[in-house]
Amino acid sequence: MLEARHVTAHYGQAQALRDVSFEVKEGELITLVGRNGAGKSTTLRCVMGLHRQMSGTVRLGGRDLSGLAAHERARAGLGYVPDDRGIYASLTVEENLLLPPQVGPTRWPLERVFKAFPVLKERRRHPGTKLSGGEQQALSIARALRMGASVVLLDEPTEGLAPVLVQQLRDILLEAKRDGLTMLLVEQNLRFAMAVADRHYLLAEGTVVQTFANAEIAAHEHELLRHLGV
Amino acid sequence: MDLGYVSIQLFNGLVNGAFYALLSLGLAIIFGVLRVVNFAHGAVYMLGAFAAYLLLQQFDIGFWPALVLAPIGVALLGVVVERLLLRRLYGLDPLYNFLLTFGLALFLQDAMRLRFGIQGQPYPTPDELSASVSLGPVSYPVYRLFVIAFSLLICVATWYLIERTRLGMVVRAATERAELTRALGIDVDRWVTAVFAIGIGLAALAGVLAAPMRNVAPLMGSELIILTFAVVVIGGLGSIVGAVTAGFLIGVLASLGAVFNPAFENVIVFALMAVVLLVRPAGLFSSREAA
Repeated sequence: MLEARHVTAHYGQAQALRDVSFEVKEGELITLVGRNGAGKSTTLRCVMGLHRQMSGTVRLGGRDLSGLAAHERARAGLGYVPDDRGIYASLTVEENLLLPPQVGPTRWPLERVFKAFPVLKERRRHPGTKLSGGEQQALSIARALRMGASVVLLDEPTEGLAPVLVQQLRDILLEAKRDGLTMLLVEQNLRFAMAVADRHYLLAEGTVVQTFANAEIAAHEHELLRHLGV
Repeated sequence: MDLGYVSIQLFNGLVNGAFYALLSLGLAIIFGVLRVVNFAHGAVYMLGAFAAYLLLQQFDIGFWPALVLAPIGVALLGVVVERLLLRRLYGLDPLYNFLLTFGLALFLQDAMRLRFGIQGQPYPTPDELSASVSLGPVSYPVYRLFVIAFSLLICVATWYLIERTRLGMVVRAATERAELTRALGIDVDRWVTAVFAIGIGLAALAGVLAAPMRNVAPLMGSELIILTFAVVVIGGLGSIVGAVTAGFLIGVLASLGAVFNPAFENVIVFALMAVVLLVRPAGLFSSREAA
């Protein structure tokens, strides 16, 4: 479904990614794990077309995305949930949801979003940033679901969330997965990654050092935690 | 103090405020989306007035059609400038935008001066609005009342466009976070041209409105634009409500100041700007941080 081949990226002179390759099959939830600075967010930005100083190819459903601008990639079916949630203060909650054009058949029309997150309906006329952190996270994910993206990229959605909200987030992602949504998740929280994902790519210093199926991860937990610096 | 004089000054203040509001509104939406401070805005206002003048002289097209045609024509010119020149500078230091728009202002002023001289040309008040009405103790030209009402209408329409339509939603999103808005599937660059055209059109519209009451002259905009920048600073750069409110507020305050001493008229504007910069540097109506 989503495939990256030999992705290399730079910030000025500094190399950020070195020959990163991965694949997310249809309906899979894959995580990129690794510590801060390993290149996880840069990988997502390369996929999304936000980081231009890169080489290598990114394909979505067999279509080469190289040379497409970010808005064209979104229209090709990529949903993006940025690490700061990307909620607009100058847009209401409802406008935040409706901003992206509908790019594919959505299983999550506005009514379903409002049913799943009643607080968004209640506050739909309020500015997006008046929501709590957890509610903003839900809004950001709901926005990607509503637009009908076929693959959703999530950049550390658990960051800064209280444990009870992390559990809610897990339920949301598992529900989206049951709906057949394909997801690529950047995560530092290994427990969370294990609870939702099918496979994991471990990134260190800008490159993929190992891949694990979710079933294997328990056996490698110590090694992984050492890598994550926890 | 003469009550009649005070009320005349109040109306004059509202008229001046109407021009500040239209000009700073255009500056605000252009800055909001393009992050360009358009130093050529005063020259665009002047072009609007000259467009109305030329339509009348060359084609015998009167005030009412000119009120629509001149802003559209000047806005199309804006589209060309955005596509051919401004667009190349977005990735660079903002200083390049300043230089370009400032250079354009000088170029446009001098081009008009070369063709029409410095003196300025008269433009007749439309017949329908040439009377005066008596308002309490004074009589006041109908045309000026029309300018106040019409500008208010345009400001409200622009507010509606920005706050209540899909175009406005995209503009607000792109203003706040351009890159994220792209990642959410919106071709921000396409909207940038439209926003620039709207901002330019508003300035040209102000120019057409000014033609019957002020001399149509090459430097008519350069005097006004300095005060308009002060208005924008007071209202908050990029704030739409701020631009309009500060425009009318300052127009009235400056004119009432002139009741006490004519020299106060401009002093008040810049004193207020200094106070705002000290107390609320992002502007009176800015909800966000200063850019």
